[in-house]
Amino acid sequence: MKRTSAIWGTPVAIIVLLLVWQGYVTLSGVSPLILPGPGAVLRALLRIVQRPATWQAAWVTLGETVGGFAIATVTGIATGVILGRVAWLERALQPVLVGVQVVPKIALVPLFIVWFGFGMGSKIVIAAVLAFLPVLSNTILGVKSVEQGHRDVMTTLRAPLLNRLWLLDLPSALPALLTGLEVAIVLANIGAVVGEFLAGNDGLGHMAVAALNGFEVDVLFAVILLLAAIGGLLYLGIVLLRRLLIPWHATGRASVL
Amino acid sequence: MQVALRGVAKTYATSSGPTLALEHVDLEIAAGEFVVLLGPSGCGKTTLLRIIAGLEQASAGVIEAEGEGRLGVVFQEANLFPWLRVGANIALPLRLAGIAPAARRARAAELAAQVGLAGFERRWPNELSGGMRQRAAIARALATDPDIVLMDEPFGALDAMTRDAMNLETQRLWLERRRTILLVTHSIAEAVFLADRVVLMSPRPGRIDRILDIPFDRPRGIDVQSTPEFQAIVLELRHRLQEFA
Repeated sequence: MKRTSAIWGTPVAIIVLLLVWQGYVTLSGVSPLILPGPGAVLRALLRIVQRPATWQAAWVTLGETVGGFAIATVTGIATGVILGRVAWLERALQPVLVGVQVVPKIALVPLFIVWFGFGMGSKIVIAAVLAFLPVLSNTILGVKSVEQGHRDVMTTLRAPLLNRLWLLDLPSALPALLTGLEVAIVLANIGAVVGEFLAGNDGLGHMAVAALNGFEVDVLFAVILLLAAIGGLLYLGIVLLRRLLIPWHATGRASVL
Repeated sequence: MQVALRGVAKTYATSSGPTLALEHVDLEIAAGEFVVLLGPSGCGKTTLLRIIAGLEQASAGVIEAEGEGRLGVVFQEANLFPWLRVGANIALPLRLAGIAPAARRARAAELAAQVGLAGFERRWPNELSGGMRQRAAIARALATDPDIVLMDEPFGALDAMTRDAMNLETQRLWLERRRTILLVTHSIAEAVFLADRVVLMSPRPGRIDRILDIPFDRPRGIDVQSTPEFQAIVLELRHRLQEFA
């Protein structure tokens, strides 16, 4: 019984959603410039998907997201490992970290565009800046989460430092780190798209704004669906990475998605 | 491996001032001997074991061990690495010693069989019960072929029946190779059952109160626990422990 509802749950939910959507559009007579019906959106989607420009835009947004994410990951992990292990440094930088955390980084987007221009570069920077903090926080958390009992084991075995880092510190930190990466990839995507909203010649964010300006609301919806698909695939990538790297952890089990 | 402790003391700095955890410990452990440290909370038995294990530094005194002793340590929590399978956990000391994977696997299989975990090498630690995890921890401690095995309340987290079974297991393993074992416990029956000598420790500050020789022949079965001689020793210890309270 439970298995059945697990398999059928999602498709049924989607169908119900589509029916409600179409039902509302039909019954309320709302203008298609405000809320197009699912049919119109699907048609728009099929239209734009056949254009090479759409795919090019998708690649641009994807590239910015992944580029920013990669930078944030490398710098975040490196900084996180240092701050996680050097307690006095972390304490000293605590006010700075908190200060940076509370600033809504989205508000910095115009600034980055002024600094880094209208091209892909500024979007990569924005994506990296947004994605950096979750990676940093979670790396620090992960590094600190090594259990004392496990440390004792390594001490009594007289393990050299490199062995300790590889066999103890890194695996201990991975669950928290991967959680940070999950959050980071979503934020990197947001950063790239918002950057494109504000100032871009390219990418799906720009395409969305163009559709908005042209009152092509059905195309706008279709672009949103494409963005959701990209975001979903990236997130799925991290989930699969989790299963690959930490199959032993509760969060890395195949039943968790 | 022979161990001699002379004048070992330990003071901790706490927020309310220095605390003397161990006052002055003189103890000699002969090679192949099974010594049990018995005492209530706060008597310093775990501190003493951790000092011998190198996990803490003594504030005073000398620890002499003959030769470059290899240690095997078993903690109250099994402390297996959740990201390694049971076999890899057991083989961890061998991996650190640079032994090749195939040789490691073979040795781990041997050790697993020795502690009654044959066939469990591919399992993850969280798939094992508490008792089985502790067996794996013991196997890991034995992997280095240690000169001395230090056990810090290794069965404290187990239920009573598993604990009794593990006591018999420990005796069996000890009889196979006659390694030096130093075990910490607060269970009087466990102490008297396992030990050649019971070192009774008193708290505040921690020190050795008395040392009792346990004269029963090996191997000791569960029957010996009901004999009047056994009960007499247990009673003597129990009375003395009550006086510490």
